[in-house]
Amino acid sequence: MKRSWNASVWWGFVLGLAGILSYPLLFIKFPATRDFPWVSLLMIVLGLVLLGVGIARAFRRPDAYRGKIFGSVLGVVLVAFVGFFAYGIFVAARQLPASPGAPQVGQIAPDFTLPDSKNNLVDLSGLLSSPFSPNGTVSSTTREGRTAAVLLIFYRGYW
Amino acid sequence: MDSPADSEKLRQSQGYTFPILSDASEEVIRRWDLVHPRGGVDGADIARPAEFLIDATGKIRWVNLTDDLVVRARPQQVLQVFDEMNPSGRSGF
Repeated sequence: MKRSWNASVWWGFVLGLAGILSYPLLFIKFPATRDFPWVSLLMIVLGLVLLGVGIARAFRRPDAYRGKIFGSVLGVVLVAFVGFFAYGIFVAARQLPASPGAPQVGQIAPDFTLPDSKNNLVDLSGLLSSPFSPNGTVSSTTREGRTAAVLLIFYRGYW
Repeated sequence: MDSPADSEKLRQSQGYTFPILSDASEEVIRRWDLVHPRGGVDGADIARPAEFLIDATGKIRWVNLTDDLVVRARPQQVLQVFDEMNPSGRSGF
């Protein structure tokens, strides 16, 4: 009897891997699939199930299905990748400092002066009095309109 | 940390109209207690993600210190706070 190459094992591995990669490559761009990686997890779980079914077949019916060895190896590899992914998303991403000393609602924001992307110095007090122009520069001579508010966003970097 | 030149490239390629500032010496993130010690890929100190909405008098009206890197404030949340601050409307936005 010809032994099947056990498509379930291969497809399961591919789906599981695609589930993991889909998060940083695609789903991270949309808040609905980024805040909690439910689509990625769905793909990963389906992949693990398919892979598991394939491995089970290889062990129960080795006369019909190949894959005791390659299935087991792919299984271990996928579980390891899933482990790293889960650690990254659910553990490492949540290890942020509490920042108890950060300015709070009701306090006056401490002023600062920093260079912008064209190396012009910008201070917070300047931004609060004059809106910036669309090319990103703050001009103290631009008195058109008043600043209504400043949304200050601190980025980690790694664009 | 991204250099001003990198930030300017990004600003232009994405068509951002807002200024991007660089805190290379970390003086602002230290003053504001936003340092994430050794949080960078290379073990460098970086900023933890944070957003502040500051009104024209300099008073902070809203703070978002996420406790999860992948969960960030959505634009609607900020606009809602802004609307509450400015019942007269968002002229010019």
